[in-house]
Amino acid sequence: MLNDKIILITGASSGIGYATALECAKQGAFVYIAGRNSEALQELHLQIEKSSVLAYDITDEVAVKQAFSQIMQNSGKLDGLVNCAGVMLDAGFAMTRLSDLQHQLNTNTVAAYQHAQLATRLMTKQRCGSIVNLCSAVGEQGSVGQSAYATSKAALSGLTKSLSKELGSLGIRVNAVAPGFIDTAMTSSYQGESRQQIVTNSALGRAGQAQEVAHVICFLLSQQASFISGQIIAVDGGLSL
Amino acid sequence: MKNEQILINAFSTSLGIEAAMVTQDLTYNTIPQWDSTAHMILIAELEDQFKVMLDTDDIIDMGSVAKAKEILAKYDIEFDA
Repeated sequence: MLNDKIILITGASSGIGYATALECAKQGAFVYIAGRNSEALQELHLQIEKSSVLAYDITDEVAVKQAFSQIMQNSGKLDGLVNCAGVMLDAGFAMTRLSDLQHQLNTNTVAAYQHAQLATRLMTKQRCGSIVNLCSAVGEQGSVGQSAYATSKAALSGLTKSLSKELGSLGIRVNAVAPGFIDTAMTSSYQGESRQQIVTNSALGRAGQAQEVAHVICFLLSQQASFISGQIIAVDGGLSL
Repeated sequence: MKNEQILINAFSTSLGIEAAMVTQDLTYNTIPQWDSTAHMILIAELEDQFKVMLDTDDIIDMGSVAKAKEILAKYDIEFDA
């Protein structure tokens, strides 16, 4: 489905980003795997022949620009961007420092914004491209103790919808997935009763796997989703019902 | 091809206008063809032709042909005086 596509995936060193990189490669894409953990990225690179490591902090504006310069020089185009990198803060509303909120916004929203901005400039040349953002069921539904995280992810939903309208005439589609409870390092702190409570609230009654989200992301990147834009697709086992 | 001609071609192609219309004082939003969408196409074309990656501030400031030359000069793109 993604033969010869050039795709950049942030947060590729673990979780959904990692699974998405593997799935994209499996479907024939060349993947730029981006993240801060260069060791983990190098290990992933060894598994994916058609890949290149971009180790940088996504909140570093200059480093992001350098990463895109590298893509421009090496590949001359970009077909897909997956804004996967993210952080999740668990803290009550009254216990959330504004600096914590800022950190959530910088990583989950501002960095995704800058990546989309630069990706668009490469995609505009070919009048074609697909951007997939990682929103969250928390951003769509709200969650006790996650107001900062929810704020950043809800903002990303707004960005997704606005960009789909603004970039549609350039042939660029913008969508998002909103995962529910997925078994990754990010959700590993949820054990025992708290995990069970979330899981049993979903229609399928189980946690999702990163690969199950990756499949939907790859579909949105592909031409099979050529008439889909501005959508936030819940991949949550029915949690949001 | 000289940089001046490359610039004119980039404007002409991106905005869908005759090359003769690309004068130094042609300004953003003063003709229907140079709207915000066309501006994005123009930026992509300029970056492609001159092999540069523009700063966002420069993209915002690039409000005329004359200003485009001034900004591109910062990226070591030379134009005849």
